[in-house]
Amino acid sequence: MLAVDGVSKRFGGLMAVDSATLSLHPGGIVGLIGPNGAGKTTLFSMISGFVAPTDGRIRFEGTDITAEEPHRRAERGIGRTFQIVQPFAGLTVCENIAVGAYLRHAKRADATAKARDVARRVGLGAELDRPAGRLTVAGRKRLELARALATEPKLLLLDEVLAGLNPSEIRDIIPVIRGIRDEGVTILMIEHVMQAVMNLCERVYVLAQGRMIAEGPPAVVCADTRVIEAYLGHGAADRLKAEGAAHG
Amino acid sequence: MTARDLIPIAVLTLLAALLPLVVTSSPVLNFLVFMLIVALGAQGWNILGGFGGQFSFGHAAFFGTGAYVTAILQLRYGVNAWAGLVLAVAAGAAVGWVIGFLSFRSGLRGSYFALVTLAFAEVFRILANAASFTGGAAGLLIKLDVHPANLQFADRAVFYWLVLALVAAVLLLTRWIQRSRFGAQLVAVRENEDAAKALGVNSLTVKLRAIALSGGVTALSGCLYAQYFLYIDANIAYGSWISVELLLAPIIGGVGTVFGPVVGALTLHGLGEVAKQFAGRIPGIDLIVFGGVLVLAVAFARGGILGLLERLRDRGRGMVTRGPKEVSHAGR
Ligand SMILES: Nc1ncnc2c1ncn2[C@@H]1O[C@H](COP(=O)(O)OP(=O)(O)OP(=O)(O)O)[C@@H](O)[C@H]1O
Ligand SMILES: [Mg+2]
Repeated sequence: MLAVDGVSKRFGGLMAVDSATLSLHPGGIVGLIGPNGAGKTTLFSMISGFVAPTDGRIRFEGTDITAEEPHRRAERGIGRTFQIVQPFAGLTVCENIAVGAYLRHAKRADATAKARDVARRVGLGAELDRPAGRLTVAGRKRLELARALATEPKLLLLDEVLAGLNPSEIRDIIPVIRGIRDEGVTILMIEHVMQAVMNLCERVYVLAQGRMIAEGPPAVVCADTRVIEAYLGHGAADRLKAEGAAHG
Repeated sequence: MTARDLIPIAVLTLLAALLPLVVTSSPVLNFLVFMLIVALGAQGWNILGGFGGQFSFGHAAFFGTGAYVTAILQLRYGVNAWAGLVLAVAAGAAVGWVIGFLSFRSGLRGSYFALVTLAFAEVFRILANAASFTGGAAGLLIKLDVHPANLQFADRAVFYWLVLALVAAVLLLTRWIQRSRFGAQLVAVRENEDAAKALGVNSLTVKLRAIALSGGVTALSGCLYAQYFLYIDANIAYGSWISVELLLAPIIGGVGTVFGPVVGALTLHGLGEVAKQFAGRIPGIDLIVFGGVLVLAVAFARGGILGLLERLRDRGRGMVTRGPKEVSHAGR
């Protein structure tokens, strides 16, 4: 459904993403992990149309969308959340979500009904009339998710929706994400919380310094030498192995 | 739109319509008509600036276009005044669209957009002042020919009712915007353009529609101005005085609200008039009042007068409903 083919992004002298390739089939949750500054958010921005790639192609459901505007991609069914939350601070929670719902529902009554529905699903049902600017961190993360969900996406890009949440809040939101997948939405999620990645993702991609260095089931990928070294530095894998042998 | 949306507009319009039955003095009616014309123009500004968050410092560009288009069409081409009015609105919308296309497409926002609109208004003023087609510095005089077909009325009250009806129509238009998908998207663009785009909002189209509507409404007020006073020149029609008035009224009254521009225009001109009565011999006293009110609004009432009233009402309600809740909370 999504094919990212050799996509690169250069910011001045910095190669933020270096010919990354990724492909998604409909259904399921795929993770995108990697150390800080690896280029994960930049890759999301290219898929959703906010950053133009310097090289490479992006196809969605067989159509080349590399040059398309963000709003066109949203119409096609690509929804995204922002790592740094971007609420419409002056509007209520319900109004925030309704903006997303208006994409597929022209009438106010329908859009509002849809917004309420989505709010309840992500656990914002009690905060509908609150100004978005007054939500807690967890509330804002939920709002990001709710707005994207209200556009009724086929592909949902989640950029660290669990970051900044405490363990009990994470425990609350994981079933919500699983529920979205069960409805047939394909999810690509950037996540640092490994427990959640292990828990949710069937497959993960690992990006390090702009390059896609590994891909596969989370347990396999986490044991990959290149991945361990990307996170912990050169030689780390050997040290770990040696330590493991010493303890064993 | 529901009855609750429509009733306040209908009631206030009817009350205002009764005024000429009580007030018959010409200076007072002149004042009321002028104030309503400013309110109408300010309503136009509010669509773009209030709902869209795109602050224009140059709405004179639209006001002046409305005034000049109707005057020139009548004087040079013998076009009927009512047709002139319709074409003036269309011209204002077109000018708005063009200015919007040039600035929004190149990504201008905030103070850059404000400066570009100011520049457009100034260029129009200089051109209108120089070209003979627009009457140059001498301006244009619309021929006095009192007849309803010419949009000139023997009774000032009739013109008052006409302007009032148009103000009411734009109140309805604004209420509709507030309740529509277009309005939701426009406000979303104001609050956070990137987030809006991610939700499928075509921000360029939304802003272009807003500036075209805004330009059309403000051109309508310029056209009415020309038609009522029957004289315009570049400094009146494209002067920065009107740009300032059109932006001040909504800010004072309540930016991005339906009634804000009207309340603001009423307050500003009401106070200006009072000040003139008391200190008539000091030139520019009304401008001093404008400045003072603006300072007060910015310092103490960020949402304008309507925002202030709403906060006071919420506070009043809070005392009634929140009180017992807090007690029960403390009891737990
Ligand atoms: N607009 C930009 N201009 C210049 N450099 C940028 C820009 N956006 C990102 N970068 C740089 O590109 C690199 C990749 O950033 P990106 O935000 O994609 O990383 P990330 O993998 O999402 O990191 P994190 O886990 O911290 O969110 C970083 O070095 C960042 O500083
Ligand atoms: Mg990131």
